[in-house]
Amino acid sequence: MSADVTTTPTSPPKRSFLQTLEVDTRLLGMIGAFILVALVFNILTDGRFLTPRNIFNLTIQTVSVAIMATGMVFVIVTRHIDLSVGAVLAACSALMAMTQVRFLPNIGFDIGHWAIPWIAIGAGIILGGLIGAFNGWLVGYQGIPAFIVTLGGFLVWRNVGWYQTSGQTIGPLDQTFMMFGGINGTLGGTVSWIIGILAILFVVFAIFNARRVKTAHGFPVKPMWAEITLAGIATGAIAGFIAILTSYEVPARVVARDPAKYGCEVAEGCQAVYGLPISVLLLIAIAAIMTVIARKTRFGRYIFATGGNPDAAELSGINTRMLTVKIFMLMGVLCAIAAVVASSRLANHSNDLGTLDELRVIAAAVIGGTALSGGIGTIYGAILGALIMQSLQSGMAMVGVDAPLQNIVVGAVLVVAVFIDIQYRKRMGSK
Amino acid sequence: MTPLVEMKNISIAFGGVQAVDNVSIDLHPGEVVGLLGHNGAGKSTLIKILSGAYKMDSGEIRINGEKAHIASPRDARNYNIETIYQTLALADNLDAASNLFLGRELTNGLGFVDDDRMEAETRKIMARLNPNFKKLKEPVSALSGGQRQSVAIARAVYFNAKILIMDEPTAALGVHETAMVAELIHELKKQGLGIFLISHDTREMMELCDRVAVMKNGQMVGAERVEDVTEDDILSMIILGKNPKAAA
Repeated sequence: MSADVTTTPTSPPKRSFLQTLEVDTRLLGMIGAFILVALVFNILTDGRFLTPRNIFNLTIQTVSVAIMATGMVFVIVTRHIDLSVGAVLAACSALMAMTQVRFLPNIGFDIGHWAIPWIAIGAGIILGGLIGAFNGWLVGYQGIPAFIVTLGGFLVWRNVGWYQTSGQTIGPLDQTFMMFGGINGTLGGTVSWIIGILAILFVVFAIFNARRVKTAHGFPVKPMWAEITLAGIATGAIAGFIAILTSYEVPARVVARDPAKYGCEVAEGCQAVYGLPISVLLLIAIAAIMTVIARKTRFGRYIFATGGNPDAAELSGINTRMLTVKIFMLMGVLCAIAAVVASSRLANHSNDLGTLDELRVIAAAVIGGTALSGGIGTIYGAILGALIMQSLQSGMAMVGVDAPLQNIVVGAVLVVAVFIDIQYRKRMGSK
Repeated sequence: MTPLVEMKNISIAFGGVQAVDNVSIDLHPGEVVGLLGHNGAGKSTLIKILSGAYKMDSGEIRINGEKAHIASPRDARNYNIETIYQTLALADNLDAASNLFLGRELTNGLGFVDDDRMEAETRKIMARLNPNFKKLKEPVSALSGGQRQSVAIARAVYFNAKILIMDEPTAALGVHETAMVAELIHELKKQGLGIFLISHDTREMMELCDRVAVMKNGQMVGAERVEDVTEDDILSMIILGKNPKAAA
């Protein structure tokens, strides 16, 4: 072969590098957009955007919206909408704050009792599930459009929270509870790396196990080098992420307050890193569970079938009404979990917690490729969407863009992202 | 010999309109019964009662001589009744295997859907029904009308339907694909299935069916063996709503 031969593989016809890898080109597009946003802000802020500290903050700021966005994918895929998520978050947060700060101490639990945070979280999740199920019942069984039900809920639930707290800010929250907030609950260097390595082993196992199953059924598989490339990329991404988070050092003055917490006898010479925040680990776990639900369970299959053709789903014997109740209930539970993260990040509950979150959550899902016409959407897309939105917002804040201009940009990006998505789908010939 | 299906004195009304009015019809194993009539004659409504999509106001359905309770599509499936709808009840965004098994997914030991096994089963049945079918991984929206129809038919065949309802199965198809469906109907008939066939094409019905039943304004005009009637007889039943043989 001569030296001027290009890298185009000459083997089977019409299969590009990306097609051989069988990766989602939309996913690549979103990752590309995210990297572009990050690089531009990094230049504009003289390198402050891509520091471990800022990346750490960016991830913990994204968690609450991203958790809700995974549930919103299911809601939008079935052609519904939920405008009440920010309000439900506030109601759940109010109940959880009141439970740990007022109710339980009043009936004899000492402040700091181990059971307090867990009872509070349980109460919040039950409330979120009940509100969601009620919304779903109104939509599924009573036939009221989801837009109306949740527009009502948008007004109702935040003010239910307000009534519970008489409008006061409730705090300080329980110490254990606040571990879910981000900076107050991180896993440190060693545990972060153990989790990272376990994740890498799992991904590599999953890739090659899928290949083994496909071979057993006699299906065509991609070439070995493609599998190895994918495994390599995944390994690099996970290791890189952990490396960044574990290189964010705990400031010396923070270590000095409580050296024992960071495994030191004395503060002098004690170095510690934050590592993986528990809230981010929670988001990753939820993303994994939601992805398994979407792809590997009947429930998930029915969600997508109903979104694609509600009549066909009904005629196939799927109880689409009950399905609607379950989807909204799941959304409510996720709002409650997001409420844990959001309130503990701020160390107290205030009435305006989660204001405008419904719009951020819907925008994240839509930027992530969820089609409002139903039937299409991915969990990882929604999380990437949330990350892109948060990057834009905090990046512009760091650069010092005027507040009105920030919202103008975010609004424009939402519309442009959907425009690009529609054009892309037209090109690809699917709807 | 007991009929496979007996529908007796079936009535259903939608807001004052008597869509099906005291209609009786039966179907024997290995028989194809055609339902003819104008749009709005009540054919599809009658058949949707059998497939569980509508609930009748009054009447009785017997399957193999025993009284059957069909309140939902799921009930109908439990009686081995499969329906191929005019509108091709497929979820466009899912692939062929997901559609074939929709509502009856194969699962593995952990209760997760087993996509690989479903794909393997789909490959097998498609190789039998439509060997040209290759687009297993793509959403069915990317398929042609005939390919979509073969997914719908495969669904009925795979789950061992005893009673098959086909609502205008050839309406969206080209000449070649129509011939394929006709061949399949003959094949299924030989296997002892009973088939209800709805169509507007009188000539096609004369070829495919053993008996034709004509409906008009929700009432049964008459059911005759195809060898006993001419195409003109059927047309006059459809248009005039009178059975020329009964009058004669």
